[in-house]
Amino acid sequence: MARHVIAPVSEMPPGTRKFLTVDERPIAVFNVNGEFFGLLNRCPHMGAALCEGPLIGLAQSTTPGEIEYTKLGEIVRCPWHGWEFDIRTGQSYCDPRRFRVKAYAAHVEPGASVVKGPYVAETLSVSVEDDYVVVEM
Amino acid sequence: MNMQFRSGAQQDNATAIKTAIADCDIHPARATASELHPFLAKRWHEHLATYGKHAYQGMMEGPPYPKAQPNASRRDAYPPEGGPQGSSLSFMQKQLLDPHNVALGVLNPLGTGQGIRNHDLSAALATAINDWQIEKWTSKDSRLKGSIVVENEDGPTAAAEIRKRAGDPNFVQVLLLSRNVEPLGQRRYWPIYEAAQEAGLPVGVHAFGFGGNPITASGWPSYYIEEMVGHSQCQQTALASIVLEGVFERFPKLKMVMIEAGFGWAPSLAWRLDKVWQKLRSEVPHVKRPPSEYIKDHIWWTTQPMEDPERREHLFQTIEWIGWDKLLFATDYPHWDFDEPSRVLPVGVSDANREAFYLGNAKKLYGIA
Repeated sequence: MARHVIAPVSEMPPGTRKFLTVDERPIAVFNVNGEFFGLLNRCPHMGAALCEGPLIGLAQSTTPGEIEYTKLGEIVRCPWHGWEFDIRTGQSYCDPRRFRVKAYAAHVEPGASVVKGPYVAETLSVSVEDDYVVVEM
Repeated sequence: MNMQFRSGAQQDNATAIKTAIADCDIHPARATASELHPFLAKRWHEHLATYGKHAYQGMMEGPPYPKAQPNASRRDAYPPEGGPQGSSLSFMQKQLLDPHNVALGVLNPLGTGQGIRNHDLSAALATAINDWQIEKWTSKDSRLKGSIVVENEDGPTAAAEIRKRAGDPNFVQVLLLSRNVEPLGQRRYWPIYEAAQEAGLPVGVHAFGFGGNPITASGWPSYYIEEMVGHSQCQQTALASIVLEGVFERFPKLKMVMIEAGFGWAPSLAWRLDKVWQKLRSEVPHVKRPPSEYIKDHIWWTTQPMEDPERREHLFQTIEWIGWDKLLFATDYPHWDFDEPSRVLPVGVSDANREAFYLGNAKKLYGIA
């Protein structure tokens, strides 16, 4: 599993997302309230660019009439058919037996300690003192 | 929360099937509210600005239920030059027609003026939208073919519009919607069928529309999901009416296409009709054959949203009843419930049936060489 530099942290403030292709696979990285998440940008249902969808919460009901709304901003809703996936696990929330999107670990590492990937690293112009966003895949 | 920046192309078209297909349900949109003005008399510009267009639906505009995505469309289908999804030919070519190798794309404009209570306005809008289809779409890309939009509640006016367009290669069918003031077999609609038969054009019946009736057979439901599922019952009402009013006896060469309302219900409706017809035939002596025979002979079905049963043999059994020669592949682009061509048909279909499903049936029905 290789690690790929995605962007300097300073270029991905909370509420942003970045799309890119690594090893010919389209992925997206999200900053949700300071936490980073990576997902394969292809919906397992029909192949849409899943990560272009809005980030919503998870509406659940244990009993009719009572609705819990949790995981605010951590559910990505597909821009085509509205399939819902947990950004943390890739878990689908409509039919968990059938669909799970591939999730990649994304975290922050000090700039000097990482191996730069061929595709993204060359676009970086930030000094090594900055922290980079790194994706493992 | 949803600010985005991106690098490189996102859409992976490597999975798209490369053999040519027909897409029998594409929805072209207007980029701006005034885009139809060049095709409408000045009198209607002022009328629309002053009074609006009121449908058979209370005193309100817009759809009866909210949609699950903006403009009921894919969020990735906004053209780069602006405007709503489906409003740019160049972006439709780039996102749909080219990557999926669409050899024939049938346009079904919605929100056009069908179901508008002002009949003169409805007729003017129908004519305008037909001129607009030629000007903006079919004359610019020969893969695209239009549908003749008509003032659906005024049979003679609708028939005149059909006769005016008859023989025009820009159009391959007449377009009706499933919700009308009365069930579609009623004789107020017969002039439409007569003119369509005369012109050799199939009549497509697309889900939605405005008829002033609740969208289900027993009232207004709470949710959009019920409207989505309700299309099949609305279409069943229309189809039963067409068969039982003797439309196909009166117009024996008429072909109809059920668009975007599913097809899994076709066998069960036909079995039920046949069963009751055996006992009540004397009430409708003009229905000379079992209802299922009219349905099998005269009805084609677009596929999207494709039925997706747990066991694929159930899908194949349903299609066998309908006939592999009666299904027309459709994506519903740019709407959100788009069917991706390479993902809808399970494995286990013969090459001949696959070709018919994706292209051959549509070319034959619509008379495309």
